[in-house]
Amino acid sequence: MRVRTAIVAGVLILASCGGRNESAHPAVKAEPSVSDRGIGPITEVTLGPLDDALAKKGKIIFEQKCSACHKIDERYVGPALKGVTTRRKPEWIMNMILNPTEMLEKDPTAKELLATYLTPMTFQNVTKDQARAILEYFRQVDSAPAEHVSQSKTVTQ
Amino acid sequence: MKRHMWSLFLLVVSAASIGFYGCSKNGSGTAFAGDDAAKSVYVPPGKHDEFYLFTSGGFNGQVGVYGLPSGRLFRVIPVFSVDAEKGYGFSEETKPLLMTSYGFIPWDDAHHPEFSMTDGKPDGRWLFINANNTPRIARIDLRTFRTAEIIEIPNSGGNHSSPFCTENTEYVVAGTRFSVPPAGQDVPIASYKEHFRGMISFVRVNPTTGAMSLAFQIQAPPFDWDLSHSGKGPSREWSFFSCYNSEEANTLLEVNASQKDKDFILAVNWKKAEEYASQGKGKRVKATYYVNRYDEGTHTATSNVMNDVLVLDPKDCPGMMYLMPCPKSPHGVDVDPSGEYIVGGGKLSTVIPVFSFSKMQKAIADRAFDGDVEGIPVIKYEACIAGEVQKPGLGPLHTEFDGKGYAYTSMFVSSEIVKWKLGTWEVVDRVPTYYSIGHLCIPGGDSKQPWGKYVIALNKITKDRYLPTGPELTQSAQLYSIEGDKMKLLLDFPTVGEPHYAQACPAELLEKNSVRIFKLEQNKHPYAVKAEKDARVERKGNEVHVYMTTIRSHFAPDNIEGIKVGDVVYFHVTNLEQDWDIPHGFAVQGALNGELLIMPGETQTLKWIPQRPGVYPFYCTDFCSALHQEMQGYVRVSSPGASVPLSFGTGK
Repeated sequence: MRVRTAIVAGVLILASCGGRNESAHPAVKAEPSVSDRGIGPITEVTLGPLDDALAKKGKIIFEQKCSACHKIDERYVGPALKGVTTRRKPEWIMNMILNPTEMLEKDPTAKELLATYLTPMTFQNVTKDQARAILEYFRQVDSAPAEHVSQSKTVTQ
Repeated sequence: MKRHMWSLFLLVVSAASIGFYGCSKNGSGTAFAGDDAAKSVYVPPGKHDEFYLFTSGGFNGQVGVYGLPSGRLFRVIPVFSVDAEKGYGFSEETKPLLMTSYGFIPWDDAHHPEFSMTDGKPDGRWLFINANNTPRIARIDLRTFRTAEIIEIPNSGGNHSSPFCTENTEYVVAGTRFSVPPAGQDVPIASYKEHFRGMISFVRVNPTTGAMSLAFQIQAPPFDWDLSHSGKGPSREWSFFSCYNSEEANTLLEVNASQKDKDFILAVNWKKAEEYASQGKGKRVKATYYVNRYDEGTHTATSNVMNDVLVLDPKDCPGMMYLMPCPKSPHGVDVDPSGEYIVGGGKLSTVIPVFSFSKMQKAIADRAFDGDVEGIPVIKYEACIAGEVQKPGLGPLHTEFDGKGYAYTSMFVSSEIVKWKLGTWEVVDRVPTYYSIGHLCIPGGDSKQPWGKYVIALNKITKDRYLPTGPELTQSAQLYSIEGDKMKLLLDFPTVGEPHYAQACPAELLEKNSVRIFKLEQNKHPYAVKAEKDARVERKGNEVHVYMTTIRSHFAPDNIEGIKVGDVVYFHVTNLEQDWDIPHGFAVQGALNGELLIMPGETQTLKWIPQRPGVYPFYCTDFCSALHQEMQGYVRVSSPGASVPLSFGTGK
């Protein structure tokens, strides 16, 4: 917790030194063109009805490649993922999986997450198809009863 | 020891050499390119070098990987010696690579790196290198920059004349420098001429996998087989070996092996030898030797013990080999890019003899022989010599080529590189080296296609070239431009170990193939854990296997209890990262065996025998993230009779 405060303070000092007449939120100001779809190979995802078979594939990949750092219901190395499909656009989720390094440099939301969790999201050698399956798994998780979702939201952010 | 002898030799002759060649050594000013040099070796931050350079580590047993023209060191590839930086020889997976018929050998002497070739040109697949002391050849995979295989050579002592490969890497060779009685016979040393043999081995290389196997050995006379190179183009079916000690002395070789004016270059028709071997001309002889291979799927090396070898006797194999007289105690035997000229580096000679392959063929057809040695015809010197480079300098050792019609020979005693023209044999330029050059290297300079931009001097003596570091100094390499008529000194750079030879090639040949991670889905290690939920601890009697995972920034499991004194604990650590350059380390207190370093997607194993009860921390040794300091855990060790149950977990 102390580390986090120090880094935020450092960012503010840097911003105030180099910022001249810019606003107090240079992270947002610096990247005005960034959309809430994130940055990366995914520009458009068309979502159909929930595909349980795809979600099942996604769950297996999630357990192998992601679960060492992400749990569904609790903060671990990274944020809990329950409710992620209600917080983020599907394109953003897939870009974060497929292109984390650039996202952490340029996407304001991703930058904020790094400042919170401090361990950078890493590329886990996942293909586009695999990322899509993981997204479907998240959709399946989030199609659970509504009260469960709102409960987990308070845990994450 | 060798260095001491060289130093003495240097002291004795240096006064004379300065007298004779002083006019070429009027300081570095004439050869040094000055301000232009700085520009031509400067590689801006973040930019890449144009060439890779691989130098052998000599007594340190490794290969150094450098960039040219900057001279920056990128990697030390451990081969014949353990290396903490890579966990090489410490992890259970790499230990079998260093197994021999004598047991585990932690340190050997590595001499001559050699690229695999396709059509006589470096193909960027493998780099071979020989171990001199306990004779072996290693194959390094140039996609991973790791040792992939080591084969032991039986009936040999001092595998120096090695591993130079044939035009399409059909074979790598291994000529013994120290002749020995084959099959470990217990005989008087004084019976040298009668019982000792100078075995020359041909090791077949699988064209697809690179796997090496000992095809046959040729029982050659008991000379000291020193260096080798294979032919190319017209001479592609031949391999050439230099020798000293054709006197067959077994004591005080410094004097007794320098008696004759000429020793020999041996020409072996390996194609013919191959035919004789397949016709059953050889004898299968008992010999125990190891072949150790690293499997990229299981991330594990295994040792196979072989029990016999096919030996060919030259007496039964006419036309297989010929001797060419060569002045005097030759070291290098180097074939020009056309395959026509074979240059002998007669280190005690006053000329550089150059042999002609076509003349040699004619001499064989005309039977222009001058007797024989043990049934091997000796070709008349005049019948095979193409020319001699007169007064090149003192102590010619080794020659490489620029592909533009010139040859460059290192002169150990007069400490210089001499450039001369093929065909006219005239010396056209010379530059001093600092000090006492051994081998030299031009990128592709022993192949059909040299990239004749630089020559690198691999010097034996460093003295005052760098800031002093006590009695032990770094070795010193020097980079010269050879693009113009005159060689120009550009850069000094330090090298690890004592390079005896080097290979260089354009970076683009290797860069594109370089492996970044090991894919988890391809990890076939029997103790791999591919998902954190599968991390666990299993007991089998007094063996405890910890199936551990790492990812930034925690271990699973990170709390372990129920280990007892008397247990043998194996930590099998799988790095779940799939991102380039995110290794993790693993160290546990009181481990007598070392530590681990695990690349992304890889599994490595540390054996740990806890000695007394207590709680022992373990942690990540390779800085991985902002929470690297927090990447730690505990293992509890109880006394043998304790009733602490086996338990483990992370975050509970």
